[in-house]
Formats: sequence, structure tokens, C-alpha cells
Amino acid sequence: MIKDDLLYTRDHEWVRIDGDQAIVGITDHAQEQLGELTYVELPDVDKQVQAHDVLGVLESSKAASDVYAPVAGTVTEVNSKLEEVPDLINNDCYEDGWICKLEISDPAAGKSLLNAEEYEEYLRGLET
Amino acid sequence: MPFIANTSEQQEQMLGELGLTMEGLFADISPELRCKSFALPAGITEQQAREKLAEISLKNSTELIGFLGGGFYDHFIPAALDAITSRSEFYTAYTPYQPEMSQGTLQAIYEFQSVICRLTEMEAANASLYDGGTALYEAMMMALRITGRNKIIIDDSVNPIYRVMIDSYTRNLRIELHQTLNEGGLANRAGIYRLVDDETAAVIVQNPNFFGCIDDYSDIAEAVHKRGALLICSCYPISLGILKTPGAMGADIVTGEGQSLGMPVSFGGPYLGFMATRQKYIRKMPGRIVGQTVDTQGRRGFVLTLQAREQHIRRDKATSNICTNESLCALRALVYLTLLGKQGLQEVAQLCADKASYAYRRLTEIPGVNPRFHAKWFFNEFVVALPCEAVDVIGRLIEKGFAAGFPLSRYYDGMQNAMLIAITEKRSKQEIGMLAEALETVL
Amino acid sequence: MFIIYNQMGSGYLESVNPVILSKKIKTFGKIQMKLLYEKSVSGRRAVRPAPSDVPTSINLDSKLLREKEADLPELSELDIVRHFTELSRRNFGVDTNFYPLGSCTMKYNPKVCERIAAYPGFCYLHPLLPQLRMGGILTQGALQVIYETDLLLREITGMAAFTMQPLAGAHGELTGIMLMAAWHRDRGHKKTILLIPDSAHGTNPASGAIAGYEVRAVPSDKTGVMDVQALKEMVNDSVAGLMLTCPNTLGLFNPHIKEICDIIHGVDGLVYYDGANLNAITGKVRPGDIGFDIVHLNLHKTFGTPHGGGGPGAGPVGVVERLTAFLPVSIVVKRDDGTFALEYDRPKSIGYIAPFYGNFGIILRAYVYILMLGRAGLIRVAENAVLNANYIREKLKDHYDLPYPQLCKHECVFTAKRQAAGGVHAVDIAKALIDAGFHPPTIYFPTIVPESIMIEPTETESKETLDDFIATMIQIAQTAKTNPEKIKSAPLSTCVSRLDETMAAKKINVACVQKKE
Repeated sequence: MIKDDLLYTRDHEWVRIDGDQAIVGITDHAQEQLGELTYVELPDVDKQVQAHDVLGVLESSKAASDVYAPVAGTVTEVNSKLEEVPDLINNDCYEDGWICKLEISDPAAGKSLLNAEEYEEYLRGLET
Repeated sequence: MPFIANTSEQQEQMLGELGLTMEGLFADISPELRCKSFALPAGITEQQAREKLAEISLKNSTELIGFLGGGFYDHFIPAALDAITSRSEFYTAYTPYQPEMSQGTLQAIYEFQSVICRLTEMEAANASLYDGGTALYEAMMMALRITGRNKIIIDDSVNPIYRVMIDSYTRNLRIELHQTLNEGGLANRAGIYRLVDDETAAVIVQNPNFFGCIDDYSDIAEAVHKRGALLICSCYPISLGILKTPGAMGADIVTGEGQSLGMPVSFGGPYLGFMATRQKYIRKMPGRIVGQTVDTQGRRGFVLTLQAREQHIRRDKATSNICTNESLCALRALVYLTLLGKQGLQEVAQLCADKASYAYRRLTEIPGVNPRFHAKWFFNEFVVALPCEAVDVIGRLIEKGFAAGFPLSRYYDGMQNAMLIAITEKRSKQEIGMLAEALETVL
Repeated sequence: MFIIYNQMGSGYLESVNPVILSKKIKTFGKIQMKLLYEKSVSGRRAVRPAPSDVPTSINLDSKLLREKEADLPELSELDIVRHFTELSRRNFGVDTNFYPLGSCTMKYNPKVCERIAAYPGFCYLHPLLPQLRMGGILTQGALQVIYETDLLLREITGMAAFTMQPLAGAHGELTGIMLMAAWHRDRGHKKTILLIPDSAHGTNPASGAIAGYEVRAVPSDKTGVMDVQALKEMVNDSVAGLMLTCPNTLGLFNPHIKEICDIIHGVDGLVYYDGANLNAITGKVRPGDIGFDIVHLNLHKTFGTPHGGGGPGAGPVGVVERLTAFLPVSIVVKRDDGTFALEYDRPKSIGYIAPFYGNFGIILRAYVYILMLGRAGLIRVAENAVLNANYIREKLKDHYDLPYPQLCKHECVFTAKRQAAGGVHAVDIAKALIDAGFHPPTIYFPTIVPESIMIEPTETESKETLDDFIATMIQIAQTAKTNPEKIKSAPLSTCVSRLDETMAAKKINVACVQKKE
């Protein structure tokens, strides 16, 4: 499942950009690959990241994955519900399962990201 | 050929089915890559091997009356321990990757983790590390991960063998390693407090320390925690039969050498590193961890858990590169502690302390033999100052049939005359008396 | 997002819905076993320490003492012996079952080695003894074993010298990479990158990273071995070296191995041989002859020492002449008078990586093994290990897909892709093998093969055992088509059925302790 109103990375994060604010999560494809999550390590609020820096870690019993920052910025808020209920990401990766919010440092940052159509195309490429 | 089942006829038959010769099986390796030499001796039979090795083993002397310790002790090992751990269902198994057919190993490790937690009064333990030294190094790396800082303070009353290992491991890393010099045989509090700051990841201490002295690190724990740093405590598990636990002192990571829990000294290994920590740090802990769960029928079972920390999943981002650990030694430690039980461990620890105390009095009565440190309390090991170089005295005592102790000059400046003496429950009052008499005659 | 899967997978199990846990559930005749603590009876005792022969004189300051005694279980000796005997019956070992766990070389562990390791002259020898004046002469036997094992391993690998100190394979890897770093530092090189193939054991990248290197993965080519062209493109002056297992984890010998070594040497890098799979080529190929600079061996794989359910192992590291100065202290040397001594004065050494001389008890077992097999025996080991693996490859190739169909060495890697399409995955096949009395192969590793099944029979298994295993694998492949549910419900013969790994990771319970208020 891919949402039209979001931007995506090739590492399977999604980002919703609104002015200088961004919300970050992982895609449905990503959560499916990981399986039922058992643990989420969230970034510290006020942490500054460059694009592709590690924002956090997701773990299931069979796999582990880093979450990378889709854009550069400063962490303003984290979804601390995930600490207690990591599988919120499995159940609703695009809404309740968001991971953190960033204040974007470069307003043009979103330009290098994929739109829904391009991400869907990218996923199709992975399958073959 | 020894240990190969298939007869030449069977080998030929199998090769026939493959349509290959034995040489053909290696056709993918071109001639210029082949061995330039393979000049090994011809094989020998079991009888020859046993005779040869029996002869070699006799070139080792185990007849000396031993007072050597330094973190590696000669404790009594009950017969049931060898009977249990020589069951080959345990020792010929691999790491328990298939939990349904490895419940024996897995439950034993869970029980090992449980006794380590109870012994140290900590909340979570791992399945084992190689030895006490690598365990301390891993604890240091764990503290760096937890705090995100890079400064470590270690007192020189920590086993010098571990300190030189940590030095080696950190040479290629960006870690600020500070050492404080002990104060009269105890950890140098003033020195530690001067160094602890907001960049400090951890302070490393040991109890009883290398000199055998006992301490209570509660005050250091408090001071360290105020700066957001961790306290790492290396400990001697037998001593925890009576001594205040690192957990009660407020330590964040506890490690130790488990050799004393049923492993013979074996010329340096295999030994057993153990590690325990607070529940909140469990995901930062290195090594295998066994956890309890249920099967599809709801029955209790055990699995390797939190594996996402480990090298086989996380590769270069793992908490450690450790794979094979010391599982069979952990089983030995578990069986040892179970055979002694609650009361037995306390009694062994008390015996060690009492005998050491007796030996200390007996030896320091000898003219010229004095206590080296002012520190009042020791466990089963203590340091005496001799009127001459300890290295010489120890050499002369070997000729008289004693491994009398360890010369501290090997690791400490200005301690030429200091000798470290260890006593376990295996040393009798009579042997201690004989050592005292021998020492008197060689001085 | 970058997902890394469990490679040495037990296989995973999505969360199950357990029926409510009753006190004693009896399913398939298997009863849940109590923990030691659940059997404990206050006041019950097993072994008693000897009575004291000295006055109890000390009264330690109470603030130095523990508040209450360590809460260990209280049982009789018989209780304890029964408990652990029952636990042992819930385990599989090489002595009980065929154990073709790929990459782990689970060969027979000769009993004579256990007997010899228990000789009092070896196991009661204190490691500090040779560090005392006059003490070295009392440990000549142990020093001889270490010295001669070193010589034997040199001849087997073609290296110039070994350190026996590393306490396991991964510890050897770390030691080897530390040697690499020390060599570069000594030559004034500033190199930061370590190359490792994508098919490598997880320990390789972990060891490289812990030693301070940035690790980069080199892809495999379509034949399953390292892609030489890709390697050429990745190599530059920042590359400190390359770690390689050969034959690799697919059981394939890289025909370009010499060229690969030359490429790395061309940028002043060092080539590291991960000896995990040396069993396949002992007596055929020596890493030292083909250009490798550093080698570690897993004594518990190649030389038949028991794995102990997860250790102890031993991982000696050998190096070429130009690296010998960097080996850890101490080294056993032989003096002109024929006696053995420890050498500590090694100014360029990387220092101490173990407390003493390595896992001596394991080194001793390997020494005995090598002496018994001798030159001809060790060559036969490689030949029969490879013969057995190819025999299985040949007999199963029509029933399971072979992603790399060429000649293999000590292990063959199948994929359960064909079966997975019908809903039966590698993990299900593994569990079905358990019910047939076999330890499963390694599954889901190497990760470059999806649904991989990695079979390493070893040289000590007979044709009869292999034939039984092959027949069972064929039977499972057939059942996968006709009755997949039967396979998915396996194992039924074990004391527990499939376990909920997700629950273990979520509701963490790693010790039986009273929770603090």
C-alpha cells in the first residue's frame, strides 16, 4: 500500500513535508519485510541529522533495520507510543505508526525524494 | 583412516555415482594453487597418542603446593560436575540455533543467567563471554554505546592482565583511557573524582581488587551516576558467597572470570567470562541471551532472543563480534553453583576468607615479612612486603616445592618486594604452616 | 531502511496464540520440565565443603558483606544429576544424531582427546607458573604442546608463525584485523576501509567494525564467488585489506583467488583468510602459498574439538613473515638447549588479547587430533568431506533447486524456492528433518540465496547415514507437494513444538529472579 500524498526514499522511509516540518515513518513494504516488530529505538529530541543519517532502529525477532533520515533537520518530536507498542508500525505505518518529526534545515530537501508513482515503480523493480 | 567411516570400496562407489575420481573433486582448484609442501608426520594410533601425551604431561609439575591466584584459583571440583558435563548431548552440540532440539542447552543457559543475576544482584545476564578480561573490555564498549561518550577511567587495582588487554583492544579506536593509581591498596577515590566529568562513559573497578582487598563502591557509584556515567565492576564470583554485591553497590555492568566456578586452571583456558546488567541496558549487552517463551501448545520453552543485537543479523553494526562463547563452561558454572547451593557457596567463601586471614597472620609473624598495604580487609588473597626481591624469594620457594605467590613487580613499579598470596578452601592449615616455615628459611 | 535478516536462522515464527498455560500440559507425551528453582527445597544440600581447620577469626565490616545469602537453588546431588540428565536428553549432539549444519563442520569429536585433556598434568597447571623464576621448567610439557601445535599449523597453512591466544574464531578475526591495523600503522599508512564479500559470515563485518574499520561489502558474481570486476572498482588506496572465506559459504572455491590477492596487494592491502572452511582443502591448498597474509583457524571445526553447545572454541591466527613482529605477547620459543620458554619482549606486538596462552585445553585436543591423523589422514579428511558433500548435492539436485550447480567443496547450498512456492519454506523443511531424527542444515544463510538450505555432512559420516538423510529429504520434498500442512506442523517429536520468538523478544524474561518492588 502506497499513499499518494507522501514522498519516499529508496530505503523505504516515507515523509510528509509541510512547510519546514516533516513527519517520518517507514512504508508498508518495509514493515512487511521486517515482520512483527518487537522493539523501536527512537532518536533523541533536538538531535540534528543529515539526510541518510541513522534516525533509529527497528527490530523484529528475525531482522533488524536502521531508519535513515530522508532529509536533513532537527528532531522536534518522537512517537514515544512506539516504545510500548512497537507493532503500531505493523498495524498502521502511515498514521499511528509514525516515527518522528523533523524541522527541515533545507527547504529544497524534498526534491531528491520519490513521489508515490516513482516509489511504486521502484518497488516493482525490486521484485524482478 | 581414523574417524572416517566409509571404506575405500564405498568411496569408489560414491565417486562412481558422481562420475568423478577423488582428484576430479578438486578439479576446480588449478595446479598452481596446490600445496607447495605438506610435510606432516605420519599418523599415530590412540594408544600411541595416549602414551606420548602422558609423557608430555609429566613434564609439567603439578606437585607444587599452590598459593598462586591473581584472578585464577584452585578450588575444589565435585565429581558430579564432571559426570554431568561430560554427557556428550551437551558437549557435542552446536550453538542452539534449532530451539526445539536444543532445550537442554537453552534451559541450562537460562538457569545460568538466573544464578549469575542472583549472585551479583543484577537483573539480566548473558550466556557467557570468553573470559574475565574480554568481558571487562566488552563492558567498556557497552558503556561507550550506552552513554555515547568516549572517556573511560580505570583504577590500577583492577587486574593488570585485564588492563593490558584493554590497552591492546583500544589502540585503533578513539577512546580516552585514564588510569588512576591505587591509594594504599584501594581504588583511588580522589583521583577518580578528579577525572569524572560529563564526557565520562564509565569508571572501572574490581572487587575484591587485584591485591585481594575488599571495598564498597557505593560512593563511587553515586558520584559516577551524578555525571551520567556508568560504574563497571569486575568481581570474583566465589567471594559473592559473602561479600556485598556489585548490584547492591549500584554498579551498572558487572563482569567477572567464572573459572573459579568449577573450571580447573588448565594452563589458561578454557575459562568463562560472565556479564550482568540492569534490565534497561539489555539491548546494549553483547553476546547470546536466552529468553523464556512458549511453544504452539503453550508449553514453556527457551530460545535465543534479542538476536537483532548480534553479528549474524546486524553484521558491522552488531554490539560485538562474538559468536562462539564458552557455553560448556557456563554449564559447568551452573552445575557447580547448584551442587554447592545457597549454604555451600557461603561456606566456601567463608572458608577462603578464614584461611587467608590465618595465613596472613601466620606469615606476617615472620620477621621481615610485613603487610604491604594499609587497607584492612581482604578476601582470600593478600600482599606481603618481603625484606628482599619477591622474584628471588618465589624462585627459591619453588625449589622447596611451593608456588608461593606472584611477584607484583611484574606489573607495578616500586613493588619489587611485594608478593601476592592466594588461599582457597583446598589449602590446609598444615600447608600454610609449611609455607611459613619454608619462607622463613629462604629469607 | 536497510533490513538485515537472521542468517543462522532457527527460522522464525510469527506470533502464535498459545492456549492458556496449565500447570502440567501433556501433549505428544512430553511434560514441561521444571526449573532448578522450582525444584528447590529450603535446607536441602548436595556437596558439602570440607570442615574448617583454622579458627574463624575475622569479622569483616558488615558494610562489606551481602545482606542475605545468594539465592541459589537447594537440591540434593541426585536431584541435580537427574535434572541435568533430563536436560541432556532434550539436546541433540553429534554423538546422538547426524548434524549437517552448514558452515559449522560438526564432525565426530574423538573421545581420546577428551581423555588426554583431563590428564592432571594438563588441567591442574596454573597459568602464572611459567611467569615465575624457575617456573618455566615446570611447565615444559604444556609449552611443548603449544610450540608444536604452532609448527603443525604453519605446515598445514603455509604461514610463518601463529599465535595460539585467540579464544574462538571471531576472536581470531578481531586479532587478525588488529594485526592488519598495526602493520599499516607501522608503515605510516592511513587506511580506513576493509572489504568483505556479501556472502561472508556475520562475524567478519562485525570484527572489522570493532577493530575500527569501515566495512564495505563486495558483491558475488553469477557463479557465486566474489566478483573480481566489482572488486577492482572498489579497490583504492584507502583499502586496508580484504577478508575472505575460501571455499566460501556457498561451498565454492574461487578460481580467481590469486588475482584477488594480487589486486589487494597492489594497493598495499593485506588479505585475510577466514579459516572457517579449511576442512575442505586441508592438504590440497595452503592459504600461505596463494598469497594470503593472515589466517585464522577454528580448531573446533577443522580439527575436531567439540563445540560444547556454543563453545569453548579456539581461533589461532597465523601470519606471513613480514607480520610476525606484530603477533600478541607472549610467544612460545624453543631455546638452543631444547627447552621451551615464553617470549615477552616484542616491541611491535599488538599486545595482550587473552589472559594467557589461549584456550589451552582446546589447543591440546587439536594437537592430539592432528598427530593421530597425520599427513595422509588430513588429506583424507578434505577428500571425504568434499566427496560426501558432492554426493548429497548429486542425489538431491532433482528434488531441490541448486542455485549454483557446479562442483562444490565441503558443503552444498540448495534453495527451497520451489517448495516455498507451494507454501513450504526452508524453516518447515528443517523442522520436518527434526522429526526424522536429523539435525537440520543451516537455513537462511548465506543470505544471497533466498530460502537457502546449507548442508555440510563432514567426512566422518558414513554412506549409510548420508543415504538415510537423502531419502528423508526426498520424502519431505514429496510431502511438501502432497501434504504441506504436515510439514508445517513439524516438529512433533521434540519436547517442545515451534516456539514464539516474537513473544520472547517482546516480553523479555532472561532470568528467574524476584523482581524488585
